[in-house]
Amino acid sequence: MLSDDERREIDAELTRYPTRRAASIDAMRIVQRHRGWVSDDALRDLAPVIQMTVDELDSVASFYNMIFRRPVGRHVILVCNSVSCWMLGANRLRDAMAAAAAAPPGGTSADKRFTLLPIVCLGACDHAPVLMVDDDLHHDVDPADAVGLLARYE
Amino acid sequence: MTDRPLTARMREDGDAPDLRAYERAGGYAAARDALRTLTPADVQARVKDSGLRGRGGGGFPTGVKWSAVPMGAGAPHPKYLVVNADEMEPGTFKDRLLMERDPHQLIEGVILSAYAVEADVAYIFLRWAYKLSEARLVRAIAEAYEAHHLGRNIFGSAYSLDLHVHVSGGRYMGGEETGMINALEGKRANPRSKPPYPAVVGLWGQPTVINNVETICNVPHVVARGAEAFRALSATGEGGTKLYGASGRVKRPGLWELPLGTTIREILDEHAGGMQDGVRFRGVLPGGASTDFLTEAHLDAAMDFESLKQYGSRLGTGTMIVLDDRTCPVGMIRNLEEFFAQESCGWCTPCWAGLHWVADILRDLEEGRGEMADLDTLASHTRLLAPGNTYCALAPGAAEPLQSGLAHFRDDFERHVREGRCPWQ
Repeated sequence: MLSDDERREIDAELTRYPTRRAASIDAMRIVQRHRGWVSDDALRDLAPVIQMTVDELDSVASFYNMIFRRPVGRHVILVCNSVSCWMLGANRLRDAMAAAAAAPPGGTSADKRFTLLPIVCLGACDHAPVLMVDDDLHHDVDPADAVGLLARYE
Repeated sequence: MTDRPLTARMREDGDAPDLRAYERAGGYAAARDALRTLTPADVQARVKDSGLRGRGGGGFPTGVKWSAVPMGAGAPHPKYLVVNADEMEPGTFKDRLLMERDPHQLIEGVILSAYAVEADVAYIFLRWAYKLSEARLVRAIAEAYEAHHLGRNIFGSAYSLDLHVHVSGGRYMGGEETGMINALEGKRANPRSKPPYPAVVGLWGQPTVINNVETICNVPHVVARGAEAFRALSATGEGGTKLYGASGRVKRPGLWELPLGTTIREILDEHAGGMQDGVRFRGVLPGGASTDFLTEAHLDAAMDFESLKQYGSRLGTGTMIVLDDRTCPVGMIRNLEEFFAQESCGWCTPCWAGLHWVADILRDLEEGRGEMADLDTLASHTRLLAPGNTYCALAPGAAEPLQSGLAHFRDDFERHVREGRCPWQ
């Protein structure tokens, strides 16, 4: 069942569009913000509100990079792997973050603290290599600082 | 001092001017005057005469795009304006600056652009990663509503407009015009067949104009200064300034607002500070991942729409990615094609099948399993990915660095085959 907060936030999004379906991506992002990811149960909760079938919702969910259909850790690390960052050591940075987070690329650490995901260009190429942890952008990252960078994310 | 209208109001401390500061610096005067004294046709005419062309990559003349929208009493309503703030082109980071550092300039551009096509509702389609842009836009929109610069009867005129922010779910195809329409409708961002063009049949079947952030930020300056003065801002007559950028192994990667038509050499040497010590320039993608490589021979080319076309490339987004001699060109092209293969939406066969094939061949070359015949296969894909074979421009864009890379760095490709390894590893 949707929580009161989820329902309130989704209702606010619904006012921005002429159809309910248009708010499907916003609604899934809202649920993900509250629950960490978009489970099958979450799709079932959303379907009647958005007036789409669970399968239709899943077809939308599975298209977008930032809708997680599998559980993630408490913090999500997104390491840019696009061209400018790649030239300036994105692969080394990814490996350093994987070691520091004890999470392989595409995976979650055993203590569920971190999920590490490669991500396409983050639009901060003048500060390559870059990564995001949750909503925070970190730029000009030195792989040697990986452990220190993650320390603040419990 | 160079006239830099797009960045003139940006604060040194990195914060964004609020509504009062923006208005103190002359902001919203163009919109206020236009809504009181100009007709939508007047605004359209001024933008058309200014020569303003799309700054998001396509370079289509903005006034011409607007002129396809049905106007007047018989036109279908609601009509929509969508700001393309997805900025998913690898190597591109210019719209971020405009939204983070002067959100009211974008809002004023939205009001004027929407007024010009008599749009009722506008959406900013925003890249999910731009958290600071989102926060500042949301705050600025609230300020604008409070001041009655948005909503009913803007500036006391008969014109009304609502503006919303939609945060993307994240996919390169969200930045493609018709993909963006599908995404806003809550669907997968597959492209749509054109015609009909979005200007006639767009969002929810209604007339819709989609313009890039930088394009729209230029509109208040076109309206305020007039077409002549706007044209005079550029170095080569195409009109206006451009936010140029550079990333890679240059001394000072960054963004600079310069006259449109500034040469590549001036941007790289004077503004980016030249190459880092110990590395040599080998080539440049002038306007993002989906533009053709240029080399040393092209450094004096003017970075504008028509000049780069003559050299077989495109201005694109105007943010350059610099290739240096410590970076393997084949590896770089592999990185680009893996991006395009991953981000292909799966709609058109030359794209979804071809790009993975291309990426596989490039991986083989990098890992020492390449053959000379592979280079012919890559060349054949550039023809299959060419314009006309797919619904949208993703595949033709992906072909650009590949075809130009094969031409300019042929020796490097052949070395990978001959030596059975990547010489840079």
